[in-house]
Amino acid sequence: MTHSASTPKAIVPSPTDAATLAENAQRANVIEVDDLSLYYGAARALKNVKISIREKLVTAFIGPSGCGKSTLLRCINRMNDLIENVRTEGQLRIDGHDVFGHGVDVIELRKRVGMVFQKSNPFPKSIYENIAYGLRVAGIKKKDVIDEVVEQSLRSAALWDEVKDRMQESAMGLSGGQQQRLCIARAIAIRPEIILMDEPASALDPIATAKIEELILELKKDFTIVIVTHNMQQAARISDYTAFFYLGELVEYDATNKMFTNPGKRQTEDYVTGRFG
Amino acid sequence: MAATKQKSVLDKTFAQGEHLIWLTGSALALCLLMIAGLIGVVLYNGVGYFWPHALTQADAKGDGKILGVVIRTEDFRKFTGTNNTPVKLTRSQFKVGNRDLAGVDFRWMEHQDLTNYTKPAEAITLEREEYGDFYGYLTAIKEGDQIVATNTAAWPLLLEKHPLARAMAKQRLHIQKHEIGEVNYAMQEATVRIRRAERQLPPGPKRDAEIAAANATINEQQQLFETLKAKAAELDQEGQRFRALMRTADGKEKEIPLANIVRAFQPNAMSTGAQWKHYFAKVWEFATAEPRESNTEGGIFPAIFGTVMMTLLMSIAVVPFGVLAAFYLREYAKQGLFVRGVRIAVNNLAGVPSIVFGVFGLGFFVYFVGGSIDRLFYPELLPAPTYGTGGILWASLTLALLTVPVVIVATEESIASVPRGAKEGSLALGASKFQTICRVVLPASVPGILTGLILAMARGAGEVAPLMITGVVKLAPNLPIDGQFPFMHFDRKFMHLGFHIYDVGFQSPNVEAAKPMVFTTTLLLLFVVIALNLAAILIRDRLRKKYRTGAFA
Repeated sequence: MTHSASTPKAIVPSPTDAATLAENAQRANVIEVDDLSLYYGAARALKNVKISIREKLVTAFIGPSGCGKSTLLRCINRMNDLIENVRTEGQLRIDGHDVFGHGVDVIELRKRVGMVFQKSNPFPKSIYENIAYGLRVAGIKKKDVIDEVVEQSLRSAALWDEVKDRMQESAMGLSGGQQQRLCIARAIAIRPEIILMDEPASALDPIATAKIEELILELKKDFTIVIVTHNMQQAARISDYTAFFYLGELVEYDATNKMFTNPGKRQTEDYVTGRFG
Repeated sequence: MAATKQKSVLDKTFAQGEHLIWLTGSALALCLLMIAGLIGVVLYNGVGYFWPHALTQADAKGDGKILGVVIRTEDFRKFTGTNNTPVKLTRSQFKVGNRDLAGVDFRWMEHQDLTNYTKPAEAITLEREEYGDFYGYLTAIKEGDQIVATNTAAWPLLLEKHPLARAMAKQRLHIQKHEIGEVNYAMQEATVRIRRAERQLPPGPKRDAEIAAANATINEQQQLFETLKAKAAELDQEGQRFRALMRTADGKEKEIPLANIVRAFQPNAMSTGAQWKHYFAKVWEFATAEPRESNTEGGIFPAIFGTVMMTLLMSIAVVPFGVLAAFYLREYAKQGLFVRGVRIAVNNLAGVPSIVFGVFGLGFFVYFVGGSIDRLFYPELLPAPTYGTGGILWASLTLALLTVPVVIVATEESIASVPRGAKEGSLALGASKFQTICRVVLPASVPGILTGLILAMARGAGEVAPLMITGVVKLAPNLPIDGQFPFMHFDRKFMHLGFHIYDVGFQSPNVEAAKPMVFTTTLLLLFVVIALNLAAILIRDRLRKKYRTGAFA
């Protein structure tokens, strides 16, 4: 993992060859959403969503604003718990266990399902402490363990070379793109299985965006990634599967290549070609 | 034509909303003017007090000579004659001092009765331990019954002998106040030990031994007391050896021991440098010394100390309470009708008159909590109360209660302003809610909490009414912190600048003499409040830099 920091490589387009597609289709389902409905008070934000997300691939959720894609994403690690008056019906299983089930340890769940937010949100602490945060709240105190994880995570997030000499400086002094990569490093520091990304590049300039995309492709070797994006090109570039949502319903879900070249539904075609949305 | 033009200008002004700018601007100007006026009045009346004022002598018609400091001069109307026609006259108020001889310090003199104004260079002001200032002339210095210097030789001798006599007087005062105080304290402790042994230990050799040990301490202290008393008497005698033979302007004579003179100077003969030196010495005394003459003279250090300590104790009590309550309200409580009601109640609590809190403090802290502590831990001292009476702890807690709404509101606001992203980021990493609060929310809201503390301190330091019934006194014999074990005496009564102002201004036996003291004390109270706030603001700004949050910072 020795990307040069300044010149991002061209983004590898999503696979089109039949062999890879066939191999992808064979992968196990990590997340299985089964007839999931979600209500904010009386308003129904998700309507009987059914979707299976495959292991160690990048799955993109696309759709116009308010279509429920972020809501579904935040169901996966139960971030919706923070909002009052949220009610769900149906199941969302990770490795066969319903996350809404009785007696589920949300903290354990969130350790397995990391998240990167739209706005980069580093803590007002040093770069080092930002990465170490997840370990510290998990009760790990050994300095050499933390040191190693911090370095590894920063290397995985392609940030190590840029920050290795200023680990004790405030993370707030980093640029927007660096902050977002720091947040990714922070998320992978606790070794989750799944990483959720909620429009991670929407506030970044094109160069920083390219770096993030490159990073996502690198990370999918180790993690299952679910990404919400408004940027159709981005979805096409980095994802293996794409799900199109509209008004709380899953309209279509298929291999990205097919979704963008030969979608099964008219609505999808209209959206990906920019006729509405 | 002119009228229409004017109207259009007016219309235009209104249309552009300029009248609102003027309205808001003038409201601000008025506020600033009032603040400046307040500080101006206090400064004008307070700052000049310590200056060595010149002594004016004049011949008063039918009343001999008068010597004193002209305090103020004013015009007035006097109704005279058979038909009561008003005559416009001018009069001056003289501070004539010599309260022990004349009975009054201040006299109004009409200018038409005064002739022959002079400012004699040899006129002397003596600040004394008793009876206020003496204004007059030095005739001679006596050592015992012998006159050792007269006329021009007397003044240098007074200046030469005075420091030593004064040092002895100070030493005597120290022995009387502190060393004997410590002896008293130790004896009291021993007495308590005896009573405790009688109550708690079963009869037997152990109890006898304890009582014997305590009695030995009492005897030891008794001897120490006798020694100290003898030493004090000796010092007193030594201090009385040199005496100044003084003469007032109208010829009365008075012998004053040098030891009783706090400060002696010839204001009319002083150089500017000496005047400034005198001024700063007085300011220093004011800030660091204990009060004399029922608080109208000397310093106000115990009051400064009491105010600062009470404010700090209050802060220590109010911050944890307020912060915990705010965190519960904002982070844990289910937002609903009940929480809204609590919030309204908290806000209203801030508007309750402070004396109500005083009454509550008296009933709850002093009588209930303090009384219970006495019954549980100090039964051998009853019926003399230890904690069951007003004290600095109860006063601080009462004020903490008074200011807790301010801290709650400020903390809640600062918690609410912590970016949602920071909280979510922490939770998404597997942190529990408590961990998130401790590691992310709390540090980020520290500046806001400190803002609440600053407001609370500003209110608490200036509050007097509730203190008057929970522990403030006119004159406290000891500071709440001193060298006697356990060093912090939270049960002690204390002095407070705000109460001091009230006491000196309205309860003093000599109101006229105390008037400048009111303003200087006010000035000092302002300084103390500003200093406390400034300290908190500096800390807050440092923390704000450290915990700066925000996605685009």
